[in-house]
Amino acid sequence: MKQTLVRKEPEKGSSAVQEAGMPQGRLLLSPQVNVAKRILMSEYFVLYLTILYILILTPIIPRLWHPMNIRNILSNMWPLLVVAIGQTFVLILAGIDLSQTSVMAMSSVVGAVVMTSSADPILFTKSPLWGVFLTEQGGLLGGSPWALPVGILAMLAVGLIIGFLNGFSVAYFRMPPFIVTLVSMMLFSAMAIFLTKSENIRYLPEAYLRISKSWFSVISGAMIIAIILAIVAHILLTRTLFGKRLYAVGINTTASQISGVPARRTIITAYMVSGLCASIAAVLYSSRLEMGRPTLGSTLFIDIVGANIIGGISLAGGKGKITWTIFGVFFFIILANSLNMLNLSFYIIDMVKGSVILIAALLDVARNRIRKAQM
Amino acid sequence: MAEVVFAYKNITKRFFGVHALKDVSFELERGRILGLVGENGAGKSTLMNILGGVLQPDEGQMILRGAPFAPKNPLEASSAGIEFIHQELNLFTNLSVSENISISRFPCLGSSPLINKKKMRESCKKLLKSLNLDISPNILVENLSPGERQLVEIAKALSTNADILLFDEPTTSLTAKETEHLFSIMRSLRDEGKSIIYISHILGDVKSLVDDIVVLRDGQVICGGPIEDFPIHRMINLMVGREISNVFPERHSHAKDRVILEAKHVSETGIVRDVNITVREGEIVGMFGLMGSGRTEFARMLFGVDPYKEGSITVCTEPLPKRNPQQSIKRGLAFITENRREEGLLMDYPILENIGLVSLPDFSSRMTRMVDSKRLFKQANEIATSLRLKCNDLKNQKVKSLSGGNQQKVVIGKWLLKHPSMLIMDEPTRGIDVGAKYEVYLIMEQLAKEGTGILFISSEVEELMAMCDRIVVWSQGEVMHEFEKSDFSQERIMRIAFRQSLEYSEEEKAVVNGQD
Repeated sequence: MKQTLVRKEPEKGSSAVQEAGMPQGRLLLSPQVNVAKRILMSEYFVLYLTILYILILTPIIPRLWHPMNIRNILSNMWPLLVVAIGQTFVLILAGIDLSQTSVMAMSSVVGAVVMTSSADPILFTKSPLWGVFLTEQGGLLGGSPWALPVGILAMLAVGLIIGFLNGFSVAYFRMPPFIVTLVSMMLFSAMAIFLTKSENIRYLPEAYLRISKSWFSVISGAMIIAIILAIVAHILLTRTLFGKRLYAVGINTTASQISGVPARRTIITAYMVSGLCASIAAVLYSSRLEMGRPTLGSTLFIDIVGANIIGGISLAGGKGKITWTIFGVFFFIILANSLNMLNLSFYIIDMVKGSVILIAALLDVARNRIRKAQM
Repeated sequence: MAEVVFAYKNITKRFFGVHALKDVSFELERGRILGLVGENGAGKSTLMNILGGVLQPDEGQMILRGAPFAPKNPLEASSAGIEFIHQELNLFTNLSVSENISISRFPCLGSSPLINKKKMRESCKKLLKSLNLDISPNILVENLSPGERQLVEIAKALSTNADILLFDEPTTSLTAKETEHLFSIMRSLRDEGKSIIYISHILGDVKSLVDDIVVLRDGQVICGGPIEDFPIHRMINLMVGREISNVFPERHSHAKDRVILEAKHVSETGIVRDVNITVREGEIVGMFGLMGSGRTEFARMLFGVDPYKEGSITVCTEPLPKRNPQQSIKRGLAFITENRREEGLLMDYPILENIGLVSLPDFSSRMTRMVDSKRLFKQANEIATSLRLKCNDLKNQKVKSLSGGNQQKVVIGKWLLKHPSMLIMDEPTRGIDVGAKYEVYLIMEQLAKEGTGILFISSEVEELMAMCDRIVVWSQGEVMHEFEKSDFSQERIMRIAFRQSLEYSEEEKAVVNGQD
């Protein structure tokens, strides 16, 4: 009987030791250092950095400000922002969603299969979809006025379903998010390719393609969708029950559960938001590419997580804001664009991107240390 | 006169201004087993951590073999021949027995970095043989029984040729037979000239094993000497024998008749057995027991954190669903866990977020689920004021930066915002200073007056006696006895907790009478 009654007592001394080990005295700093510190600790640090970067680059690459380039930057930015916002929700939970890129691929294919008005038999006769979902007359609703709304809803449903599967596995089977989403990434990106035999599905409805066309030089449907989504996400995180609970579960799941927070439901919802955002991004990307593409987003994962990290969202969970994601995405897009304009090869671009993410992660550590020392 | 191997001289240690040890001095002789007894929190573990180099004393010094000794870390203590056998085993279950034993000093092949496996295995075999432990050096620790693991831990300590061994509750996970085996080994180690400090709550074991005893209370040495002078009842008397001064508020409120919480025949294999407890409106029921007696585990079952197999729990005659804290909260339960850093608070978040966490749904609109931050802030502020929470800024100040007592008030506050009808408090005054304790007692009295039922778990008999209407004493997963207020007696409560009978034996009576 006795041996089963053991209960662990936390070591009383350990925390005291750690605290005693922390630096006691605060150093007297010169005003310059203080200003530098305040900038480093600022919420807007990444934004300042981006502005500084643009200012430095302007004389070197004057084409940066060319209207064509600005339009290019923006059209790259909106869909990345949408998918990165989804990732932010999961990162706040101390999770990660590797499957967002496969959600995008699946969504793109599913939406195109619903909406396309014609499919080339030479390309698609070997596809398992041929004859039932895809014929020479196009997809399920090819040519019908319902094609657009149903197509988009189907795309969003793909994101919600994959997100639900991820969230359910993490919440109820307590599987590590990395494994769960790695598997769904492999599964669904392979499935998207399998369904289409790796061919792009073209001939999408005009109305659908218009989503990412700009109307007055910079304003586009993509922009409006991304901005509305960012505002909704911001309100969701800062003002609603779900948002407050998301942060609580992210920082301390046990304490949250004891306080009556439905942790499992919160986790599932977060992964569904992530999937939904990925599928909205798929709507934007597919419309811009004018095709359903089974490899859509396959190289995007680094950009999604990179932008979040640069924005300052911690992989350890419990910390993150939509404004940070916006700054991170903005910086990342400017960086990629400027490197492109310098005519660097894509290996070099990736090496630079990697280094920047590394520096961002280091900065995060430094900022945390300063914050601790200030307490 | 035996040789003194080691001595504490006037050791004082404070945590955040609270004395954990006050002017402690005693000596350990060569070839003796010294028992160290005291209530939870009397300072035993702190004392051992100082000797083991985990903590450093604020004042005083230690003398080891005639020279001052001040280890800065466990490694220094270990190289000075002091080994610590912990309550929780520090073995790597994924490694073999021999690897565990030589983990800090692997024998190498010559001067190469490769491990000399043969030598490692052989020296391990020798050690195991000396402990009468018949297991292979190659077996993984995860395949061993708790008793065998304990012996491996001892073998590990012996492998360094330590001559001072500290045992902190080594028998909690052992069967009676394994315990007997361990004791015979400890005795033979003593006869070889090693010195042993033995900490245990099981006074019967202490009595039969040790040569000398030191009794600690409130961080001070109360008494010490050869074990022959310390019958068990005297140990208990010395451990608890402090006067109740005015550190407790007067209780004016009285329990009403309506039953709020009723647990019937609650059992879970190996944890609690057939527990029946009722709590009435406005009643404070204390739960006393030693570490691992089942009281905390039972509280967690009540609230729905942990599962139980049999029995039923009702709140205001309605059955309470198992394992569902959300439902428990809906039915008016609140739970202040013993572990406020890990389970009670979001340490890195502001006070407001913490106070609001439980009641968030009450402050959010039905349709949009938007949280009414203004109303939440207003009510959280009222709670904070009524609890006299000392803080600068509810909205921005992190809970981490508060003192222990104020952190505890935040935990209490988050539950009070929900207006619970039944409050479970697990060690609510642990690690907070006397003033804050008093305020916690006042809050309890106020809640009881308003009709809240309170289940109050504590390891301090005095505070239970001062605050409770009834005290339930636990031991080894069972409720042993219920004391009504008129029957409260520290000694009787302790005797029950230590599984001694309530009546003195003839032999003990003789000793007691002799003392008078």
